[in-house]
Amino acid sequence: MFRNVAELIERTDRDQISISEAMIRQEVEVTGRSREAVLGDMDEKLKIMEDAAKRGVEEDIRSVSGLTGGDGKKLEQYIAEGKGLSGDTVLHAVSRAMATNEVNAAMGMICATPTAGSAGVVPGTLFSLKDKLNPSREAMQRYLLTSGAFGLVVANNASISGAAGGCQAEVGSAAGMAAAAATELAGGTPRQSAEAMAMALKNMLGLVCDPVAGLVEVPCVKRNAAGAAIAMVAADMALAGIESRIPCDEVIDAMYRIGESMSESLKETAMGGLAATPTGRELETKIFNISLERS
Amino acid sequence: MKYRSVTEIIGPIMIGPSSSHTAGAARIGRLARLLFHEQPERVNIHLYGSFAKTYKGHGTDVALIGGLLDFDTFDERIPQAKELAKERKMRVRFHEEDAIMDHPNTVKLRLEAKEKSMELVGISIGGGKIEVVELNGFQLNLSGHHPALLIVHQDRYGVIANVANLLAAHKVNIGHMEVSRKEKGREALMVIEMDQSVTDDMIESLERLEHITQVAKLNE
Repeated sequence: MFRNVAELIERTDRDQISISEAMIRQEVEVTGRSREAVLGDMDEKLKIMEDAAKRGVEEDIRSVSGLTGGDGKKLEQYIAEGKGLSGDTVLHAVSRAMATNEVNAAMGMICATPTAGSAGVVPGTLFSLKDKLNPSREAMQRYLLTSGAFGLVVANNASISGAAGGCQAEVGSAAGMAAAAATELAGGTPRQSAEAMAMALKNMLGLVCDPVAGLVEVPCVKRNAAGAAIAMVAADMALAGIESRIPCDEVIDAMYRIGESMSESLKETAMGGLAATPTGRELETKIFNISLERS
Repeated sequence: MKYRSVTEIIGPIMIGPSSSHTAGAARIGRLARLLFHEQPERVNIHLYGSFAKTYKGHGTDVALIGGLLDFDTFDERIPQAKELAKERKMRVRFHEEDAIMDHPNTVKLRLEAKEKSMELVGISIGGGKIEVVELNGFQLNLSGHHPALLIVHQDRYGVIANVANLLAAHKVNIGHMEVSRKEKGREALMVIEMDQSVTDDMIESLERLEHITQVAKLNE
């Protein structure tokens, strides 16, 4: 098994293969499943992701608490009016990332990538690139495998849990994974994917997990939006030949150490950050009073 | 390495909103149910750390109950699990604990039915992945890196040999194994880490062996 990004890149160089191919080969070896089964599993998950993103931009989604829902749809309509400042590819990645996360907050069905709280970034970015690059179905399955390869490295060397490492471990990891996969989908080299991952994750370092009322809603939905935008920009920078001064593995290690030194109040306990603001506390009281009356 | 398969990163397919606090919780509940072999009548659930602080918002409570009702992470009945538990006459009580545990997402489940009871401590380590750290007071030292079997059995001669023989017959190699017991001749626990996964048929065969009370597999 590749233990870090350096080993993953070494393997792609040695065998002259893409990162997704290295991931497929390792998965076949570790799990004993066939190549077809590995790709088929990704296709099944892709369908769940497509349904969730579609629901989020088409239906009127509203979470049980009423805190989130409808913003992905709002942005989609804004893009359609031709007013977008950021460019439609970035904005579509953002709208679909938010839509997916809103469906998640409403206890809808999603696929964790790598977690549920960060489930918008990887598919949001993919579905925007689908419009732009018109990839084959297998290329989309491979996009997920490339994301997964980088996610595995992060999970084994740092963390993908907000309770253990803060939001940088969730949306940060997802942004890195999406940036790396977007780079491969657009024809970049494995090395460029690693650079994209490093540059995306660098910009998420230190991000705390401070959900209002402990719900995966505020600020999670909007952090998925920013995660998707950062992923797109990092992929573009890598494809332009820009490199991270700090190697990808060291960025991942820095993320781990930052997570370790982060206060418990900022790691999914709803005790600090935005959760502890006056408005955050007010929302919390309101939500739990309502739910008490209901039960 | 704790995470071995890409499916642990891209996945699970699940009902929101949290992979650790909802999907992981459902998996811990379901594993407890599997080990208990039947629907419990009463369950006391002790929540620690982030689980204790945020369980209402994350649906950790309904997910644990859903798991105890044998629902998978993507079962759309999870949001209604409390009502379903009531219908099926399973009483559940939640306790918010202040104690600091090694892992922030820790839950202790005590399942009871008639004369029978079982206690399990589980942790949810991220992305829906879970670990069992304690079963019926036995500390488990699982690396989490390999497929594993938990076998609760009576402390009798030949039980360990029978299990090892059955695995050998299916060409499953044991990488690490621990056996512990509370008292001579009483309840004992085998923890086996293997290089290959075991099938459901093999689990059934293991359960049919003499003096074996519960079998569960982890980390497929």
